[in-house]
Amino acid sequence: MRRAGILPTLLLLAGFALLYLPIVALVVYSFNDGRLVSVWSGWSLRWYRALWDNRQMLDSAAVTLKAGFVSATLALVAGTLAAIVLARAGRFAGRSGFAGLVYLPLVMPEIVLGLSLLLLFVELDLDRGFATLVLGHAGFSAAFVAVVVHSRLVAVDRSIEEAAMDLGAPPLKTFLWITAPMIAPSMVAAWLLAFTLSLDDLVIASFVTGPGATTLPMRVYSQVRLGVTPEINAISTLFVAAVALVILTASLVNKGLIPGRSNGDSA
Amino acid sequence: MTGRARTVTILLAFAWLAALVLAPFLVVAKISLAEVVIGRPPFTALLEWGEGAMPPALRVNWGNYALLFGDALYLEAYLGSLRLAAIATAVALAIAVPLAHAMTRAPARWRPALLVLAILPFWTSSLIRVYAWIGILGADGPLNRILQWLGIIDAPLAILNTDIGIVSGLVYSYLPFALLPVYASLVRIDPALGEAAADLGCRPLKSFFRITLPLALPGILAAGLLVFIPAVGEFVVPDLMGGSDTLMIGKTLWTEFFTNRDWPLASAATVLLVLLLVSPVVVLERRLFLRGEGRA
Repeated sequence: MRRAGILPTLLLLAGFALLYLPIVALVVYSFNDGRLVSVWSGWSLRWYRALWDNRQMLDSAAVTLKAGFVSATLALVAGTLAAIVLARAGRFAGRSGFAGLVYLPLVMPEIVLGLSLLLLFVELDLDRGFATLVLGHAGFSAAFVAVVVHSRLVAVDRSIEEAAMDLGAPPLKTFLWITAPMIAPSMVAAWLLAFTLSLDDLVIASFVTGPGATTLPMRVYSQVRLGVTPEINAISTLFVAAVALVILTASLVNKGLIPGRSNGDSA
Repeated sequence: MTGRARTVTILLAFAWLAALVLAPFLVVAKISLAEVVIGRPPFTALLEWGEGAMPPALRVNWGNYALLFGDALYLEAYLGSLRLAAIATAVALAIAVPLAHAMTRAPARWRPALLVLAILPFWTSSLIRVYAWIGILGADGPLNRILQWLGIIDAPLAILNTDIGIVSGLVYSYLPFALLPVYASLVRIDPALGEAAADLGCRPLKSFFRITLPLALPGILAAGLLVFIPAVGEFVVPDLMGGSDTLMIGKTLWTEFFTNRDWPLASAATVLLVLLLVSPVVVLERRLFLRGEGRA
């Protein structure tokens, strides 16, 4: 029998306090009436009102959401294709190079990805703006999509797909009617991951976007550089709330968000 | 999957990767050999096309690399990044291993919820997490006020804008990356091993170091790389939490690119950074990242 010791419980409490206290403090101070972030002077919604009147912030929020939506959808298609190749295409010349290219964006610092994408766009003489922002985000989040979808694909029974093809279903139809429904939860999870990656990103966006397509993290960043104001707490709180809502919806839709659980790993 | 559909799928996926992953790196490598000029684009072409049917002349400039190796500023930035990222990785692992161990010790029905709790912060913006941490560590922030109230310190500690500030920011930003692989490898260890050791009279701490830790080592190494690599190139944390005298390569690159607008030099620095980061991955790749690929 395993004893539930006092030490593990304390460790858990301390660890999760470390992870969550800063975020809790941030949320609480967004309702602070005073101008100072660190001195409490009563509850108020004034910073949310200030935010509502801030046209620039609202415009950037719209750009960020649109870019997230389009780039996540692109990344889902590309990442799923890559996952299918890794899980189903068997051996082919250059397979390990292919796998390396799929996973490279996962391990490269964002600054490297941003700088190299920008130089590519300059080299191709593409005007920087919304389109390059979407391409840049889709390029790196497709890697995350590939990992999530791949982990599900290798767990799915291939004999069902083979049966469909033996009965004469063409490959595309087999994917749409047999494979896609089986891996749908992981595709939803992957799309959401790509969406939040795009919403969060500051570094890549700073490199690849242009005038007229300034994202919310870029605005927040330039404000933080000027100094800490409760307005940033307010916008961060809205951000955290939006992400929490997305996660909650996702976990209601499927349980595939947690690595390991989708593989029937109940350990 | 066979025949034409297989070929088309491979080609489509490869075209995407070639355009958005491979091509950017090749362009960076190319521009790192150019010379900086004032204009649009602010660098010289690698191939100079002559008049008529003359073959193009190749203009390669190794000067950027020579500058990087000769410049104390860049050397210091690379070494500083490696040092701070290594410290942050060690601290993150020192927190993640006991925490993940405690998670595996929790009752089985709690574990999914604990895992979700551990991942959730990863889904919020890293910029917001860094910003939240700035609020905690500031001179009049909660941490300093609690310590002063307890009488442990007389004057506020200067944590922000120091190396300690950077390390705390890096640890906080990348802790979930460390927690997940460590947890995944700890949870696979058969608890019977620890019980057998306990039956034979081994104390818990000793059995943790002699049995659990060696078995979890691959996961711990993977976690270390997942923290170390992005931490080396990190920009936001050193920019917002570091001092003006702290050099990290991510911040130096950003300044070189946006303020000095020396794109060829920034490209050369990027190429070196990639070589620096990819080499440990290539060495450990087979063991850590592509495990389980054999099933495909």
